[in-house]
Amino acid sequence: MVSYRTPLGRARGLGSAKHGAGHWVSERISSIALVPLVIWAVYGVLRLAAGDYGFAVHWVQQPLNATLLVLTLAISFWHMQSGMRVVVEDYIHKALTKSALLLLNLFVCGLAGALAIFSILKVALGGA
Amino acid sequence: MTEASSTPRERPVSPHLVTGGLGSPPLWRWHITMWTSILHRATGVALYVGALIAAVWAIALAEGPDAYALFKSLLGSIPGKVVMFGLTVCVFYHLANGVRHLVWDTGHGLDVKSANASAIVVFAFAAAATLAIWGIAGMTGAL
Repeated sequence: MVSYRTPLGRARGLGSAKHGAGHWVSERISSIALVPLVIWAVYGVLRLAAGDYGFAVHWVQQPLNATLLVLTLAISFWHMQSGMRVVVEDYIHKALTKSALLLLNLFVCGLAGALAIFSILKVALGGA
Repeated sequence: MTEASSTPRERPVSPHLVTGGLGSPPLWRWHITMWTSILHRATGVALYVGALIAAVWAIALAEGPDAYALFKSLLGSIPGKVVMFGLTVCVFYHLANGVRHLVWDTGHGLDVKSANASAIVVFAFAAAATLAIWGIAGMTGAL
C-alpha cells in the first residue's frame, strides 16, 4: 500500500520531545543552589548538636534559619530524587521493577520532604 | 594460493572492568578518576539516607522534647557518631566532586592531567574539611 504521508510526517513525534535536557539541567541548578545551602547546613548541625531541645526550637524559629532550612530540605529532596532516578535507570532494566523503584523513589522523597518541611514550619510558626 | 597465517590476528577487545578471562590480568587499570566517579554515586546514595535522617530530626523536633531527646541520644551514641562521621565525609566529598562536575560542565579541566589533579584536590578537601568540622565539634561541645 502506498503511503501518502510525507517523510517529515512519518518522523514527527518519534524523536526528541524537546525536553531531553530538562532533567540534566534541573540536576545542575539544584546542585548549584545546594553548594552554599549545604555549607550553611553543616554549620547548623554543629550549632544544633551542641544545644538542647530549647535551643533547637529557638534556632528554628529564627526567620532566616527557618527559610534556609526549608530551602535546603526542598532542594535536597528534589536533587536526591533526580540522582536516585538515574541510578535506578542505569542499573535496573526490568520494566516493571524499574517503574516500581522509580515510583518508590519519588514517593519516599516526596513524603519525607513534605513531612520534614511541615515539621519545620510547625516549629517555626510556634506550634511546638 | 598464498598460505593464510596459522595464528589468528588478535582481535580488539572491549575493556572490561574485571578480567580478560580466567586468570588473565584486568584489561582496565584502575584510575583515580574512576574512583572519583564511582564514589560520587556511592556518596550520593549514602546522603539519600542522610537526608532521611535529617527529616527524622525535623519530625522529632516538631514532636516535642521527649522525641527530640531520644533522637539526640541515638545520634550521640557510638554507632550514631560513626554514621555522622561517615555522612560528614560523604557531604564534603559529594560537595567538592559536585563542584568539579560543574566546572567540567563549563568545558574546563576535562583533560587527563587536570582531571587527575582535581581528583586529588577533591580527596584532600573531603579529608581536611571532615577533620576540621570534627575538630570544631569537639571544641564547641557538639560531640
